[in-house]
Amino acid sequence: MDMILDIASWAFISGGIIFCLIGGYGLIKLKDFYARLHAASLIDTFGVGLIFIGLMFQAGFTLVTAKLILILVFIFFTSPTATHALARAAINHDVLPDVDTEEERDLVRQTKTTKSSTS
Amino acid sequence: MVQVLALATALAGFWVLLSGYWLTLIVALGVASIVLCVFIAWRMDVIDHEGHPIHLTIPGLTYFPWLLKEIVLSNLTVAKAILGDKNARHPQVLRVKASQSDALGQTVYANSITLTPGTVSISVDDGYITVHAFMDETAEGLRSGEMDAKVCKLMGDATPLVGDAKT
Repeated sequence: MDMILDIASWAFISGGIIFCLIGGYGLIKLKDFYARLHAASLIDTFGVGLIFIGLMFQAGFTLVTAKLILILVFIFFTSPTATHALARAAINHDVLPDVDTEEERDLVRQTKTTKSSTS
Repeated sequence: MVQVLALATALAGFWVLLSGYWLTLIVALGVASIVLCVFIAWRMDVIDHEGHPIHLTIPGLTYFPWLLKEIVLSNLTVAKAILGDKNARHPQVLRVKASQSDALGQTVYANSITLTPGTVSISVDDGYITVHAFMDETAEGLRSGEMDAKVCKLMGDATPLVGDAKT
């Protein structure tokens, strides 16, 4: 039984590591700031999620698993906020995405908020 | 009032999970901090349907598994596109309609978009969300309006026709 748990645990942790690596590789390889945001979101959803599920197999039905679930929930609620804040900071400093058409860039430009406005 | 009780219960559960001790002193300290937290939250007037959306618990039971499924699927798509050649990626900006009737619903929708890899919401205004998408597949998934409809259902709003969410 321990054997099966260990194998499951290692499978999930390895999967998580692979996704963290892919995300990290994307962060380095992609040229555009906004494209890099997408690579980073691989890490904070699947990368973190799979590693934590693997750790839960190690912990079993204990308080540790409950704490792992809580951490996971907090990451799932806060990481989109952080990603959104990064995107907003980039827009307000005139970093525009590398997209095909000028109309798409205009869509982004329109959302720029200056320091004085509160929207 | 229901929300005050729900907040106190949630905090109590949180304390017990994180501490795991049943010594009188520790439990007394826990009760004291819960009372203090609830009092501060009540003074700040943040215990409302936005700060503590307990009415979403039951509908959330169908929404969150669906969202998890979407996250898993788009993780695989985006990972493939990062490893694949340049043609797999097609960064684009699009505006999608957020049909939810209140700010909480639009926040849930915008956060769900960002949480799903391959799409990042960069702005919410006038009931529309400006989204940066990493590739055609993830952009199409959003254009179909399926997630919009699911969030409307979660919030108890009238569900828009799927496929009608394009700008």
